[in-house]
Amino acid sequence: MLAVAMLASAPVAAIDSSQAFDDPVLQARYEKLISEVRCLKCQNQSIKDSNVFLAADLRREIRRLISEGKTDTEIADFLVTRYGEFALYRPRTTGKTLILWIAPFLLVLFGGFAMFRVIRHRMTLPLDDSGVAEGSSE
Amino acid sequence: MSRYVLPLVVVIALIAFLMIGLQRGDPRALPSPYIGKAAPNFELPTLNDPDVTVASQDLEGNFALVNVWATWCPGCRTEHPFLMQLAREDSIPIYGINWRDTRPEAQRWIAQLGDPYVASGFDETGRVGIDWGVYGAPETFLLNADGIVVHKHLGPLGREAWERDFLPLINAGGAAR
Repeated sequence: MLAVAMLASAPVAAIDSSQAFDDPVLQARYEKLISEVRCLKCQNQSIKDSNVFLAADLRREIRRLISEGKTDTEIADFLVTRYGEFALYRPRTTGKTLILWIAPFLLVLFGGFAMFRVIRHRMTLPLDDSGVAEGSSE
Repeated sequence: MSRYVLPLVVVIALIAFLMIGLQRGDPRALPSPYIGKAAPNFELPTLNDPDVTVASQDLEGNFALVNVWATWCPGCRTEHPFLMQLAREDSIPIYGINWRDTRPEAQRWIAQLGDPYVASGFDETGRVGIDWGVYGAPETFLLNADGIVVHKHLGPLGREAWERDFLPLINAGGAAR
């Protein structure tokens, strides 16, 4: 009974499961692109995972752009011109989004520096217990 | 004591950022990338007559509103009386983009509730909506005489937002010309 219900509901849950392109290379590009575009109406889903009509419209536009021979960069530009940087799940490395890309590295550097300072300080402490007791009571 | 200063500053800075984030208002509201830029060109058949078109050039030479609406959109029903008021006051030409709708339903809406629009373009496929970066009706764009987008309002438009966000821009633009 459950199996039947699951079988029956499977096609409903599938979104655009049909092949968009015969060429496997184009199909792969298409699937990668739509998984990296945010559905603006349902903001924590990609347009690949959403069934609202705006997501379907955007998928249709991306299919059109691919078949017109546009590159991935041109398609990203198309979306950013209209919806802003927020439309892309993988923000491009330009101006305003630069901080998103460098912040993690800055944090690691900062943490590493802090750790280095602490370790170097500890290395100057005497190794025996009495020294530790003294050090902790500073 | 001084060893606590840096962590304290970091924590306070973090709290400040989080507070700002919390108070930014509607987190789903996205700024339009078109602010300060020319509005996208469009040409659509009108809702009332498929043989007549409405296009970008029709809007130029004056401040104009472009209101994206649909009959399936509850917020559009909310703002409709205010659009009717604006139209009666004759303060600004209002153009509609009837987005992802059906012609009979949209025409019935206009017949029942009144027509505040100089013209409504009928955007059945949503192509023009995408060009304008529309992601949820109602959305209202304010264009100046040169066709530059100077403001975008998300959600139902009312008197308060009109007087706060739109009028100062229109008055400033009118005086400058």
